[in-house]
Amino acid sequence: MTETARINEILERFPQIKRNALIPLLQAIQDEFGYISETAIGRIGDHLSLPTSKVFGLATFYNQFSFASRGQYHITICNGSSCHMGGSGELLSEITKMLEITDGECTRDRLFSLEVQSCIGACGQSPVMAVNDKYYAGVEIKELRAIIKKYRKDASG
Amino acid sequence: MHPDKEFLLKLAQGFIPEPSDEELKYLALLNRERVTRPLVMVNSSISGVVAGARETWAAIESYVAERSLDIELCESGSIGLSSEEPVVSVQMPGKTRLFFSKVKAENVHSLLDDVIHHVIPEQMLIGQLRREGQEAWPDVPFLDEIPFFSLQSRVLLEDCGIIDPFSFPEYVARGGYRAFLQTIRSQTFSEVCDLVIRSGLRGRSGGGFPTGEKWKSAFETASDQKYVICNAEESDPGAFMDRTLMEGNPYQLLEGISIAAYAIGSNRAYIYIRSEYKDAIERITRAITELRSMGLLGDNILDSGYNLQISLRKGPGAFVCGEETALIASLEGRRGMPASKPPYPTQSGYLGQPTVVNNVETLANLPLILKKGADWFRGIGLPGCTGTKIFSISGRARISGLVEVPMGTSFGTIVNEIIGGVNKGRTLKAIHVGGPTGCMIPPHMMDIPVAYENLKEVGLVMGSGGVLVMDDKTCVVNTVRYFMEYVDRQSCGKCIPCREGTRRMAEILGGITRKPADDEGQTTLERFKGVMQLEHLAAVMKDTSLCGLGQNAPSPVVSTLKYFRKEYEEHIFDRKCTSNTCSELRTWYIDVDMCTGCSICAKRCPAEAIIGTPTHPYFIVQEKCIGCGICYEVCKFTAVYYK
Amino acid sequence: MGIQLEVNGSLIEAEKGETILSALNRNGLHVPTICSMKGLSPTGACRMCVVEVEGRENLVPSCSFPVEEALKITTHSPRVLKARKINVELLLSNHPDDCLYCERNGSCELQSLAENLNIRERRMPGNKSPYKIDRSSPAIVRDPSKCILCGRCVRICEERMATSALDFAYRGNELRISTTLGKPLNFSNCIACGQCLLACPTGALIEHVQFPELDSHLHAPGKVVVAQYTTAVAVSVAEMLGKKPGTDMSGIIRTVLLRYGFDHVIESSLGADVMIMEQVAVFQERKKEGSSLPLITSSCPAWVQYVEQYFPELIPALSPLKSPQQIGGSLVKNWLPEIIQAGDKEIVSVLISSCTAAKNEARRVEMTSSGIAIIDYVITTRELARLIRLSGLDLDHLEEIAPDMSVPGSGTAGNLTGVAGGEVEATSRTLYHHLSGKDILPSKLHRFRVNKAYREMSIKAGKQELRIASVSGLSHAVKLIEEIKAGKRSIDLLEVMACPGGCTNGGGQPLPVDDHLIRIRSKAVYDMDNGANIQEAHKNPHVIKIYEDLLGEPGSKVSRDLLYTTFTKRDVLL
Ligand SMILES: Cc1cc2nc3c(=O)[nH]c(=O)nc-3n(C[C@H](O)[C@H](O)[C@H](O)COP(=O)(O)O)c2cc1C
Ligand code: SF4
Ligand code: SF4
Repeated sequence: MTETARINEILERFPQIKRNALIPLLQAIQDEFGYISETAIGRIGDHLSLPTSKVFGLATFYNQFSFASRGQYHITICNGSSCHMGGSGELLSEITKMLEITDGECTRDRLFSLEVQSCIGACGQSPVMAVNDKYYAGVEIKELRAIIKKYRKDASG
Repeated sequence: MHPDKEFLLKLAQGFIPEPSDEELKYLALLNRERVTRPLVMVNSSISGVVAGARETWAAIESYVAERSLDIELCESGSIGLSSEEPVVSVQMPGKTRLFFSKVKAENVHSLLDDVIHHVIPEQMLIGQLRREGQEAWPDVPFLDEIPFFSLQSRVLLEDCGIIDPFSFPEYVARGGYRAFLQTIRSQTFSEVCDLVIRSGLRGRSGGGFPTGEKWKSAFETASDQKYVICNAEESDPGAFMDRTLMEGNPYQLLEGISIAAYAIGSNRAYIYIRSEYKDAIERITRAITELRSMGLLGDNILDSGYNLQISLRKGPGAFVCGEETALIASLEGRRGMPASKPPYPTQSGYLGQPTVVNNVETLANLPLILKKGADWFRGIGLPGCTGTKIFSISGRARISGLVEVPMGTSFGTIVNEIIGGVNKGRTLKAIHVGGPTGCMIPPHMMDIPVAYENLKEVGLVMGSGGVLVMDDKTCVVNTVRYFMEYVDRQSCGKCIPCREGTRRMAEILGGITRKPADDEGQTTLERFKGVMQLEHLAAVMKDTSLCGLGQNAPSPVVSTLKYFRKEYEEHIFDRKCTSNTCSELRTWYIDVDMCTGCSICAKRCPAEAIIGTPTHPYFIVQEKCIGCGICYEVCKFTAVYYK
Repeated sequence: MGIQLEVNGSLIEAEKGETILSALNRNGLHVPTICSMKGLSPTGACRMCVVEVEGRENLVPSCSFPVEEALKITTHSPRVLKARKINVELLLSNHPDDCLYCERNGSCELQSLAENLNIRERRMPGNKSPYKIDRSSPAIVRDPSKCILCGRCVRICEERMATSALDFAYRGNELRISTTLGKPLNFSNCIACGQCLLACPTGALIEHVQFPELDSHLHAPGKVVVAQYTTAVAVSVAEMLGKKPGTDMSGIIRTVLLRYGFDHVIESSLGADVMIMEQVAVFQERKKEGSSLPLITSSCPAWVQYVEQYFPELIPALSPLKSPQQIGGSLVKNWLPEIIQAGDKEIVSVLISSCTAAKNEARRVEMTSSGIAIIDYVITTRELARLIRLSGLDLDHLEEIAPDMSVPGSGTAGNLTGVAGGEVEATSRTLYHHLSGKDILPSKLHRFRVNKAYREMSIKAGKQELRIASVSGLSHAVKLIEEIKAGKRSIDLLEVMACPGGCTNGGGQPLPVDDHLIRIRSKAVYDMDNGANIQEAHKNPHVIKIYEDLLGEPGSKVSRDLLYTTFTKRDVLL
């Protein structure tokens, strides 16, 4: 199915043209594609009779929406207070050093992308990070290096 | 087991005052007082999952399959011991339930082997749950005898981690839904408001606004359509009270929401929940579906003439959307920017209609208040500040987790006694309560009874319940800077004092925790200029910001300037972080004995602060060093160290 | 029912339901504001208007706080002043320090706030903004580092102009004003009307200045620089030169420009008159075709672009004519050279206009003639005022140079195109003459002069009954167009001006603007017209000569080649 067809299919799920459908709609698009494309913004604006600047303005307000596709391995790092105290800041700068990406970015080979998340509520296991769906608790720098190495290997082999 | 709907509904409505023996037996099965085969429960909520509960679950499944055992495996919420996850409980027929901590996949085998053969594996054991009619395990402490639990009053959390959150029958069998169903039959809207006013229940999100009064105001505003919104944004980092309540006992919350909706005469309620809370979302969604199929949501609920719809909306992630007017804006499909009050949401809220916004914990109290009465509730806590409060403890605490205590219990009791203070060998430096816009409390202030007014009198707050424990290895200035940077990112940006004020403060604090000349080339003098303004700036931010975020954003700074001024002075004048947390303030040295003179550090130093000749020990010129620590990382001979 | 408030110790009357700010203002009490703007929805964002209200813990924003009986208010206590001062200091702490080079130097609201609050030192230095200047649009330059995020541009673009090219994006320390996906303005749905420039308190939104580029052409051998200026400019520039608002500065403009080095100066009303002649021909042709849609004017370049983006289905209804200024440009390049015997010298055609969209328009390929722009530079009223000041001439003792080719008296009907409703008023005169052979009494058309966004009247000319209407302000225009499309209104000739009030309120006009000033400017245009010897386009001797020399008759092949244009649907994210 083409992108537009998939977008249209999602739009059909939101028949009422009300502004309060905007966020659920964007969430559906984000879930489907992993990001919100220019085409999607245009189609949503059209569907809800909203200027696209409002759609963009709204989407950028919230953490959940991104405008570039994710990498094969999406790394999330919790930056809650407990994780911060546990050293999530150091993990972050290590990732930035290793992969040359910061929050919201993706490596050029599209292997890794990084997202800093606000507290996920697992404060007992800080610092917490996740790669795609797999969580890692109490991560230390050395472990982080090993984790990234492992996924690199997975991808090439 | 599929309990029949009619029986459940009768039970829920209190139509079975004197159950027959047959029915009693059935009930005991439903509420798991009695099990016919071994029951294994795994806490599958996020704190468990992060610690490996999924792997544990899989290990249990394969253990059971390999041996073709007849065991019931079931998910549960958390009992509140977050640092002890994955928590697994096992109930053998006839016996009390046993709780075990840190059950990783590799431990499953030995644990189950032991328990099934009635042996108790000591090292993982937490304790056993006291239940009448069940045979206790010998020499095993009851949970309510362990300090962590014994000093708490688990009213809201009573069933969390113990019941199956997916099971409506279990909730009903434990007395659930009676409060709501009897209320809509026998009480008027305003009677419910009055009852809640009498109970003295106050909003648990931090402000302590009397819940009944809020309802009354919405009830008295004339309108055809009113709304109740359950605020499940739980945006403070380090807070997980609401999440645990939703994951551990979703029906309790839904019953509470139903009561609130009835009290203000509304038939439309929303739960605005953080999209990150995937498990809570799943549980609530399933519970709503279940309630609809039972006829407890929808039109004309059990022929009472009362209609109610509850829908769940996922908050797309913004701290400020915890603020009620911002939350409403977000529900309406706009940027989550707070609006000026007045008008208050109870007059003009969602879509311009009267709207009550209440916190999850507040709402979870209602089934209990209605069931047990206002007087029972007033009996807990202090006069004027009744009931219990849940705190989520994290940071450098010996035990991280959820603690529910009567209002009026001091932070000292919570921290020193219930969770056992900080880790061995460390000393308690402070606790930070109320999240990024909260305040830091030094040990000598921790005896104050926790109640809204008592704390306010001395310029402190209770916050929504997040408590970050700090020991001597944590840095006050650094933590405050973290919170300020957080608020700076999270401010909606609408008003100047908050948007610009938090940014300036974050920059000023950043300057303090860095070496003299930073990337932006700020000199000591420039930074110092800002420091002198911190207090003025804080006053103006509090005075002129539009919403609570900006008004309270300076409070970590204000409270620490008051109680931990010395640490600021050390950072500013001595450029020293005694706890060694501010990495950029570290002073680096090269150990002459370890250094082989390979010169890599000198090559990599961005400030050209390392001098020496190859094959001889190198030396760091402190005046040039910017404290980045690259030398430490590149040295292969661990010759670089800091003080 | 009145409510009594105590303000700074004295009692004032307020009306139920109003805000403290409006009560204060009505009673002549002033508190500073940034984000509030008359006629736009209040936001309560800037906190500059805070006052002390007895019994309230925090200061309250007077712009959004409703009055209550017996409120005790203090507007300038030390606490309030400190709050205002620190908030302005916060805005300044990372503001670029280039006031001296800033377009808005002298007309900047931030500057005057800082001055009024006696800010003399940067007490809280902040990190500089990382955003780049957007110069992509030929009309508008956006410098986010100077933006104080008051949101006035956002609201004006949405509420008045129904465009919403700009909105707030991101939040907290990343909050900024942005187009969809942060595209450069020229690739967005911005129509360059420039209303946001009028709304912006600082230099964050300014016109794309062209007048320094002009300098190299003046006095250059082999070049003839011809300027045409519009009526809206003539009646507005006085405001920036310390003269009484509404003074007609035509003579001074002409003289200064010629002294400054321009070779010829003409009035845009000439192009407007020719446009009117052609418009009448187009109108009759459309009537003959029996079109159900009104003939919609295409004089306003912002409106034209709006149609191309939002209502491409209406393109056939647009008048195929170029705008008056572009027609003027065509004349400058195609007719004037003969008259002034320019020989093989290159003609540089300059437009001085109140319109920022005209800068965009000048770059449209549809407007070029064999690939060459017919207007080379467009400068705004504000740029003109600067040029006049730069000339150093003493305006009070200036000996005016006789006009090149303007009509004796003060111009002709074309002048009216400077105000909303003016184009249809002027066109109606010629149209009436055309249909009935008689002149209409000008005062019969004064319905087009009422101070309303929508003006309409029926005219009986000969056997025909015509409905003619004018609308200004895009939000009003959009509503009207929807009604027309729904068949709820039938109109024969419709004038649309994007800017509320028409060109006298164009994006290039002097600052600050307010409704009162716009009325004064419009009145000046009407005064010009009332005092004119010739009030109809078809009687303008220059027009007659142009048709004799060049065009033949309205709608001729030459006219079509030179004065008509085409429109195309534009695909941008709306
Ligand atoms: C910045 C800010 C964040 C807030 N976050 C939350 C939150 O995460 N959860 C919550 O229940 N209330 C939050 N509140 C409080 C709400 O505005 C509102 O007062 C509350 O939901 C009312 O519930 P209660 O009366 O039951 O306490 C927040 C307030 C502010 C100013
Ligand atoms: S105080 Fe901060 S979060 Fe609240 S409205 Fe103002 S800018 Fe937004
Ligand atoms: S660009 Fe100007 S008008 Fe728009 S928000 Fe910024 S300062 Fe205000």
